[in-house]
Amino acid sequence: MSHGTIVDKIWADHLVARGEGGMDLLYIDLHLVHEVTSPQAFEGLRLAGRTVRRPDRTIATIDHNVPTDDPFTIDDPIARKQIDVLRENCRAFGIPLFDLDSDRRGIVHIIGPELGLTQPGMTIVCGDSHTSTHGAFGALAFGIGTSEVEHVLATQTLWQAPPRTMKVTIVGRRHPAVTAKDIVLGLIARFGVSFGRGYIFEYAGDVVRAMTMEERMTLCNMSIEAGARAGLVAPDETTFAYLKGRPYAPKGAAWEAAVHRWRALASDPDAEYDAEVTFDVSDLKPVVTWGTHPGMAAPVDGAVPHPDHFADPAERKSVERALAYMDLRPGTKIRDIEIDHVFIGSCTNGRLEDLRAAAAVIRRVGRRVHPRVKRALVVPGSKTVKRQAEAEGLHEVFLQAGFEWREPGCSMCLGMNPDIAPPGARVASTSNRNFEGRQGVGARTHLVSPVMAAYAALFGRFADWEEDAALLSAVGGEHGATV
Amino acid sequence: MQPFDVHRGLVVPLDRPNVDTDQIIPKQFLKRIERTGFGDFLFYHWRFRPDGTPDPAFVLNDPAYRGATVLLARENFGSGSSREHAAWALRDYGFRAVLAPSFADIFYNNAVKNGLLPAQLSAEAVDALFARAEDGPYWVTIDLAAQTVALDDGTTYAFRIHPEHRRRLLAGEDDIGVTERYLAAIKAYERTHPLPPLAP
Ligand code: SF4
Repeated sequence: MSHGTIVDKIWADHLVARGEGGMDLLYIDLHLVHEVTSPQAFEGLRLAGRTVRRPDRTIATIDHNVPTDDPFTIDDPIARKQIDVLRENCRAFGIPLFDLDSDRRGIVHIIGPELGLTQPGMTIVCGDSHTSTHGAFGALAFGIGTSEVEHVLATQTLWQAPPRTMKVTIVGRRHPAVTAKDIVLGLIARFGVSFGRGYIFEYAGDVVRAMTMEERMTLCNMSIEAGARAGLVAPDETTFAYLKGRPYAPKGAAWEAAVHRWRALASDPDAEYDAEVTFDVSDLKPVVTWGTHPGMAAPVDGAVPHPDHFADPAERKSVERALAYMDLRPGTKIRDIEIDHVFIGSCTNGRLEDLRAAAAVIRRVGRRVHPRVKRALVVPGSKTVKRQAEAEGLHEVFLQAGFEWREPGCSMCLGMNPDIAPPGARVASTSNRNFEGRQGVGARTHLVSPVMAAYAALFGRFADWEEDAALLSAVGGEHGATV
Repeated sequence: MQPFDVHRGLVVPLDRPNVDTDQIIPKQFLKRIERTGFGDFLFYHWRFRPDGTPDPAFVLNDPAYRGATVLLARENFGSGSSREHAAWALRDYGFRAVLAPSFADIFYNNAVKNGLLPAQLSAEAVDALFARAEDGPYWVTIDLAAQTVALDDGTTYAFRIHPEHRRRLLAGEDDIGVTERYLAAIKAYERTHPLPPLAP
């Protein structure tokens, strides 16, 4: 194997040609396809009389558009059409599809890892920016646009400018109440929403090494919100233990050979990076966003900032705009922000550990969803997650506490299906983007961890473990019904 | 793809940083299966009020900017979702170029692939162009080969672009067409790096 960082090694291993103008042609190992960003790509292939080069390395699923109450009843004719078109394209070009009735269907970035399709050292692309999730396995994975989807379908390759790498080292003593979501939101709040632009992140440091695979996925997922195209973690024993025995993972002698290869992927000790940052999580508290991009965030015991505290006039203006959109006054305590809707799900936080963490809060607090909260949705990331959660009885915990337990899909992460929040509604959401209108026209999104989302549902506002312990002993279960 | 050579156009200033692709083309318009027709929905929630009437406060609705083909923007333009619909919508509306101090990566690639020039200017140049807009609408001439944006009074700013992106925009070249010239290299790679079909 070649020398350098893990990114250098994967790059060298997938280099088909060096083109004119310093662009590299990379081979793509795995291409994931969904209904929203693919129809125009297939249309382009047809118009040019081209075909799919490696349908055997392409996998499709339906996730963005599906209703989560009854996936088979799609009222929106255009959504239905998009799903039908994907089915027809997969049939015509011989691409395997996890259709609505498949027990492996789910959000594209959830099913890749859980089925073992995502493997260390691979190049993985998908027409969705959160493809960076797969980087948790030491794969080079990034989102592409529809023309690039068409390009990969036709050639199984992609033109890329040679990468610049940034080592993101996460260190410190992590407080037990701090989740991977808090860490990545904290990282973005600290360094900004564009510090990663033009870079591929390699996450390193003791805090990352100690993370579970699901936590690493949450971390890598949000790389794009820091502007990076991709983020990855070198594979280790945690990675191999997760992958072993998954449906698409290598088996027998092939498994041993694969692990041997994967071990060599880690960056060499003397590897050079184009940039490095270190983030110490020792003082980090659970994080809540208050604005309209993921970097506008504060600790749960903090407050909404005052625009005057921002020296840069452009930034001040965007904070003013954000506060107006979010209908928040400077100085408001994060804990005083009242919540109307709660969403637990998405490719950021729709995995089994996320659901366990939220359910654990409900069990501990022993309350029902607060009367102020009109809807609290739990949307498992995939059929597999749903099955596993139900086997553990998590759905009972949610249902008895007054949450809704839904079928898998992207749901309120982007609200392309019927799951949207009405204008002015304030949402505590475990998804990844709090942009204006992302969860519904005029809806106000606060990005949080599944733990914080559960607190928000039960208290009708943001809270954390320390405070809620005190509260509970003072007032007891004011909304009755212990779970 | 329509080649980009020299373009003279009216500049419309959009003075907001981090304009994300959810704002450029909101999600409810992503369900179409065609590539065209997205221009009507460009910046939808900024352009139109909830009742569907144009919001006069939004700069694109200012009659003085009717027919603008050059968008002047702030840093990190096109951040967020990878939706290529953002580039399609800008092109379909009539834009040929976006001038900004920086662009989000995926948007940048999508723009180039659709003949929309993402011209990266210095922060000072962008500030100067915004300042100029306060005196009223103006036109610029963008010369891709020379990598310059020139005002009618002769003031000229240089912009940056990757040489290969410049070449493809100048030639109006389709990416897949370029890659098909590398078919022998792709086949050679596949022989030396055999990848078995995915099998559960
Ligand atoms: S859950 Fe959200 S971010 Fe993830 S794939 Fe779906 S829409 Fe994209």
